[in-house]
Amino acid sequence: MGVLRRNLTAYGFLCAALFCFALFAWYPMVREFVLSFQRTNLVDPPTWAGLDNFKAVVQDPAFGTAWLNTLQFTGLALLCGYAVPFVTALVLNELRHARAYLRFVVYLPVMLPPIVAVLLFRWFFDPGPGLFNQILDLLHLPALAWLDSSATALISLVIVSTWMNMGSATLIYLAALQNVPPELYEAAELDGAGILNRIRHVTIPQTRLILLLMLMLQVVATMQVFIEPYMLTGGGPENSTVTVAYLMYQFAFTYGDGYGQAGALGMMLMLALLVFAAFQLRLTREDKA
Amino acid sequence: MISAGARTATGHARERRPPRRIDVRFRTIVSPHQLNSRWGRRVYWAVLVAMVAGSTLAFVFPLYWMVTGAMKSGPELARMPPTLLPAAPTPDAFAEAWSLFDIGLLLRNTAYYAFGGWLVSMAVDVTAAYALSKLRPVLGNVILGAMLATLMIPPMVVLIPLYVTIVDLGLLNNPWGLWLPAAANGFNIFLLKRFFDSIPRELIEAARIDGAGPLRVLWSVVLPVSRPILGVVSIFTIVTSFKDFVWPLLVMTESERMTVGVGLSQTAGAVPQNVIMGGLVIAGVPTIVVFFLFQRHIMAGLTAGGIKG
Repeated sequence: MGVLRRNLTAYGFLCAALFCFALFAWYPMVREFVLSFQRTNLVDPPTWAGLDNFKAVVQDPAFGTAWLNTLQFTGLALLCGYAVPFVTALVLNELRHARAYLRFVVYLPVMLPPIVAVLLFRWFFDPGPGLFNQILDLLHLPALAWLDSSATALISLVIVSTWMNMGSATLIYLAALQNVPPELYEAAELDGAGILNRIRHVTIPQTRLILLLMLMLQVVATMQVFIEPYMLTGGGPENSTVTVAYLMYQFAFTYGDGYGQAGALGMMLMLALLVFAAFQLRLTREDKA
Repeated sequence: MISAGARTATGHARERRPPRRIDVRFRTIVSPHQLNSRWGRRVYWAVLVAMVAGSTLAFVFPLYWMVTGAMKSGPELARMPPTLLPAAPTPDAFAEAWSLFDIGLLLRNTAYYAFGGWLVSMAVDVTAAYALSKLRPVLGNVILGAMLATLMIPPMVVLIPLYVTIVDLGLLNNPWGLWLPAAANGFNIFLLKRFFDSIPRELIEAARIDGAGPLRVLWSVVLPVSRPILGVVSIFTIVTSFKDFVWPLLVMTESERMTVGVGLSQTAGAVPQNVIMGGLVIAGVPTIVVFFLFQRHIMAGLTAGGIKG
């Protein structure tokens, strides 16, 4: 009786969460799978489409470009968004003054709504009176077309993305660095290790787990880039900034009733991320062994 | 501890040297000895100045440019080279942005969604975490695992099926379409459950012996001692909802129900630049104010709560 009652009360407390998760977290995963094999306009009952959605997605002219762009974006964002915060955290951890100020300032853009950051940078990227070209002009460097040229559009998006996201990574690394036992540095120093060797043999191994975890989070986050191309370039110029997530949005909402195709593309994105996660997990496990 | 030792050891030297000794309270990569050598100090101060100047330039200057941009007139904004200070600062752009974007309404919507979402999330997640932590039902661990598993699914991947679900349920342009999906937050439940787990059993047993039912125990024993974690989860829930863009873009499509972010993005193409900047400043103020007020909680939540990108 006591057990039954305890379980009943427990499930009473759980029912709201179970309802939310079932409807808005677990069911959509199943729906994603089903949707990718269906033709639907959300009004009439859906019909089965077999593999048509997948075929349509693969045959879309922007399909290959979108994957290439996403990979390129992820690669560039890793160069900036992974290395820059770690180095910043390393330096910040060495400083004894202005620590609170520096942490505050680095995290400031993270607090801004992304739309504010993105629209602000759209103005900075303006080829005429925009801030970036004016700075280049001040330094007597040639002006760039930024968002208007297929050569620089993608890297411009990476700049915005790094600016508005690097704060949280920096602070997480900083916390990890503060947990490195000082004795290890002392021991390394006694063994004659210079600063670079101390970073290589003490700091990086000691923060390795966090570094690997952040690598995964960062890749998963950047693979889903949407707001930057949506607001800044609309995928252009010449499809140079179409990302997979943006293409998915276009299938669903711009091409008209392509929910099935969007679902199919979503499945592919999930598969890609799963492969990456499995690879990553193996890397972490080998590390422990 | 190290600093105390270091200080006594170099007590003499300190009196002779100029009083600019760098305080070494904790040991990092660079040894205290190196740091306080002649060159060490020079390099240290140079790096410090470079870091402060560099991060101010990188992270504060853009915001300065945004605020002053909003105070410049249209022609001044287009001037090349730009003026560092507005020649004749006016608040006109703010007023114009306020009426053009209808920011009052947008902000009210956003605040309503954020605080309503916070209430719903807290009610759902706290009760769930309490049940999983203290009432321990059969299959509790399976449920927790299934909830945490949703964190592995990238939000963008389930965006379309979630949207389809919302349409099927008729929740388009309905705040519940934002609140219920946000309440299904495995990370919040994980954080809350972990904290509840650390509440001593005796505290709860004592209340139970006094005749308190489970709800009463939650309300007057568990919640009061969980204030720190409730604060962190609350701030993150509200800020996340305030910053969210893609989901409100899809769900709140009627212009009188839009959030600030979506509203600005829809109108920004047809509005002069200084008015856009005015709008951005107004839209950015709430979260920045929250950051100023709750800086410590936010930073603690970011690191103590584990990882959240």
